[in-house]
Amino acid sequence: MESEIAQITQHTGGVIGNAWLMIAFPLVGAFILLVFNKLTDRWGHLLGVAMSLASFVVAVLAFFELIGFGASERRRAVELYEFIPNLDLKMGLLIDPLSISFALLITGVGSLIHIYSIGYMAHDEHRRRFFAYLNLFVSAMLLLVLADNYVGLFIGWEGVGLASYLLIGFWQFKPSAAVAAKKAFVVNRVGDFGLLVGMFVIWTTFGTLAFKDLYGKIGEAGASDGVMLAIGLLLLLGACGKSAQLPLQSWLLDAMEGPTPVSALIHAATMVTAGVYLVVRSGAFFFPEGSGAALAVTIVGAATLLAGAIIGCAKDDIKKGLAGSTMSQIGYMMLGAGLGPAGYAFAIGHLITHGFFKADLFLGAGSVMHGMNDEVNMRKYGGLRKFMPITFVTFFIGYLAIIGFPLLSGYFTKDGIIETAVHHAPVLGWLAVLGAGITGFYMSRMVFMTFFGQKRWADDAHPHESPAVMTVPLMVLSLGALGLGAWLVLGGTLYDFLIPSVGGSAAEAPKFNPFTTPGLVTLALVAVGAVFAWMRYGRAEVPAVQPRGSFLTTFARRDLYGDAINESLFMRPGQWLTRLAVFFDNRGIDGLVNGLAAGIGGSSGRLRRIQTGFARTYALSIFIGAALLTGALLLVGTI
Amino acid sequence: MGETITFWVLAVVSVGAALGMVFNRKAVYSALMLGTVMLSLAVLYAVQDAPFLAAVQIIVYTGAIMMLFLFVLMLVGVDSSDSFVETLKGQRFWAVIAALGFGTLIVVAVGNAVFAPEAGLQQATAGAGGYVRSIALLLFTKYVFAFEITSALLITAALAAMVLTHRERLFEKPTQKDLSKARFQGDHPSPLPGPGTYARNNAIDMPALLPDGSVAETSVNRYIARYDVEHDRLPADPRLAQAIKHTAEQEEAPTEAEQDATEHGSEVTK
Amino acid sequence: MTTHYLVLSGLLFAIGAMGVLIRRNAIVVFMCVELMLNACNLAFVTFSRQVGNLEGQIIAFFVMVVAAAEVVVGLAIIVTIFRTRRSASVDDANLLKY
Repeated sequence: MESEIAQITQHTGGVIGNAWLMIAFPLVGAFILLVFNKLTDRWGHLLGVAMSLASFVVAVLAFFELIGFGASERRRAVELYEFIPNLDLKMGLLIDPLSISFALLITGVGSLIHIYSIGYMAHDEHRRRFFAYLNLFVSAMLLLVLADNYVGLFIGWEGVGLASYLLIGFWQFKPSAAVAAKKAFVVNRVGDFGLLVGMFVIWTTFGTLAFKDLYGKIGEAGASDGVMLAIGLLLLLGACGKSAQLPLQSWLLDAMEGPTPVSALIHAATMVTAGVYLVVRSGAFFFPEGSGAALAVTIVGAATLLAGAIIGCAKDDIKKGLAGSTMSQIGYMMLGAGLGPAGYAFAIGHLITHGFFKADLFLGAGSVMHGMNDEVNMRKYGGLRKFMPITFVTFFIGYLAIIGFPLLSGYFTKDGIIETAVHHAPVLGWLAVLGAGITGFYMSRMVFMTFFGQKRWADDAHPHESPAVMTVPLMVLSLGALGLGAWLVLGGTLYDFLIPSVGGSAAEAPKFNPFTTPGLVTLALVAVGAVFAWMRYGRAEVPAVQPRGSFLTTFARRDLYGDAINESLFMRPGQWLTRLAVFFDNRGIDGLVNGLAAGIGGSSGRLRRIQTGFARTYALSIFIGAALLTGALLLVGTI
Repeated sequence: MGETITFWVLAVVSVGAALGMVFNRKAVYSALMLGTVMLSLAVLYAVQDAPFLAAVQIIVYTGAIMMLFLFVLMLVGVDSSDSFVETLKGQRFWAVIAALGFGTLIVVAVGNAVFAPEAGLQQATAGAGGYVRSIALLLFTKYVFAFEITSALLITAALAAMVLTHRERLFEKPTQKDLSKARFQGDHPSPLPGPGTYARNNAIDMPALLPDGSVAETSVNRYIARYDVEHDRLPADPRLAQAIKHTAEQEEAPTEAEQDATEHGSEVTK
Repeated sequence: MTTHYLVLSGLLFAIGAMGVLIRRNAIVVFMCVELMLNACNLAFVTFSRQVGNLEGQIIAFFVMVVAAAEVVVGLAIIVTIFRTRRSASVDDANLLKY
């Protein structure tokens, strides 16, 4: 399998040789918007969109140049400059099928969301700053996926973390947004710590951080299994932080405090999939013979996909419901990525289709909120399909795609993951099947509560369709949700395309076959879930106030007590520790220091009374001293 | 034998004078006692083969330095005798103890020391041809640098004394015209009345009587008035006694004008 | 005789020191210092004769000259202090303290 990974070819010139433009355009955009500040208020959003589109154009051109090469030459390395000469680290870009896929997704969906944001943020006085951050994000994300070494990847990794922090807290006047931003940042630090330590271990073991050199050395250097496992688990920790996988999932739901386009771009379509990218890109560390790292990836993926789905069932906040769904879908991708080259293609495929339909869903939700005075509680929606038909249709397509309705995007990619999982790891695979059923339930619940049933909205709400600048991106995205999956999966297009990057062989390409036991059971479970949702939320009256709910419902509403666990396991002991440290500092160290100072101060305060200022007193002490000295000299017989 | 007699006489005189200097309340007496000690020491120098030093002692110390002391004493005020109440707790007790202890130590140390017979200076002065020539030879050869530096020290000291006692003139020096104007604008255009015009007591401490028969307080010097009060020499006439007392009280609390006068006075003396 | 002179010198020195310690009038204190210097001079002259060396007298001479300079400056300081504080007591100048 390993041998199928193509050698990396040095490349100069052409579009690929100038692929750094992809990163530079949005970076320049962010720079201009942030530095020139209010001067750019009037046209700043247009600049942001233009930069994102320019990046997309470069990505498309690079893509076509790349497929011009033969399959074995499709890994093009572009050297940019000496980055850290002491570490012999050159900064360069690696343009290969994997990274170009990501680049296309990021710039493509990113551009659509940029365009959408023009309408969505039209009434926000800080729209320019918003576009600056979006551009910053796109730039950092492209650096993350295009860098040809772990240092570049890490810089991008932190860059997207920063952009995410800034955008979650974009409405920082809301305390909840500020807190959510901080939470996301802190939780991500845990993951970043894992990635960083993983990089350290890679460096000490192999002496390089460049992908190109690593591929050769992993086989030869013969690092022990323990070291490989450690690297794998550390990288997985990094991936968990960025991709909101268990146990670092807690920040994603709160991250919905950001503006909806942010949720769509960063916390659904692109940034949160960086973990999947990391796992796939570092595949060599996860798949030495007998490594437990890959197993850990699959277990994390399966656990998260169930947890996300369960959380999604209980949320009344439409964005938080979608956030749970995002967790769940990334869980699928991780599961696929943990299965090795057989699952990589489906994981990446699902990642791409998910990028489209989840962005579609989020933007649809944003469109609904736009028409409903920013109301996010689905219990206050109902029957909206007549008032916002375009939003409804696009959202519905996204919905069908995510639940895996036959022939839509999600159907092909998710089914692929499930089939591969059942084949390689049956228990996890059947859990994934169960997750698909739950997906059918909670997504149907969302659609029925929002667009069907009786109207439950407040009197001052005047639901209306969003402007074209918002609906057109929705339509484009829903087109992707419709057909992209079929195009990528049928005939193994994506699988073949990715072989140079991730391995596998054309002969082993999995044939898509829906008529297997897992596939059929999945469909049946999804149907059951959807019908159940229809009975509870479509046909029956939805209570406008959240009912008490069972233990399980409460469990899900509280995000599976993730926050409570974090609080009791880390926050409270941390607080106790700091209190102890403060106590020790105040009483112990300060006590010692202050006591010493007070003692010296007090004694010198008494001692200084000796200094009376009377010359005669001083003279007396001098004379007595002289007399004593003379006496002493006499006694010892010196005089 | 002659030296022994001289020594014992002068030793008793000098120790007594030294003790008198320390324990006398009046600074002027102290200065005179110190002069006595210095003269005694000068004689002792002469007895001890040091006639040059004896001369210098008399010229420099008793001549110059003592005069300077007396001069400053007069400047500061001779009549203010020291109070002998010790204000610092234990100061006097410990001072006496320390002095006694130190003196005892010296006496014991010197008394225990065994000296060879005195060498005398005949040997030392013979080479240069006499005592004064020997002194001069040493002073202007071996110690010539010290000698020159001493001259620099003396000049510096003279400059320092001038700088320290110098006072900037803040106002224009009053001319005779100004003084005259001031006198006519003040209370007394004419000189103050002279004392002692009272027929039975023609003395400087008796106030004058004005033409209308009232007592002129300003005619008596206030220092003299104070002396009279302190020594209970007030006249029998109650009016005069009252006037003298009143004048003496004024001396107790000098007015601002008087302070100014004192300061001008110090300037004049400089 | 040397012992006699030295004992006299020590006594005068101790008396001078005592005077410095118990008198408050700055001028008298100064006189006592002069007495101490004179006592030292006496010891110098005595030793000079004892060892038959003129240098003791030379030192005594220098002591006198330096004492003269010292008196000039010291008295100038006393006059200055007296002019501003109207007092010649060494206890009144006690501001430099705790």
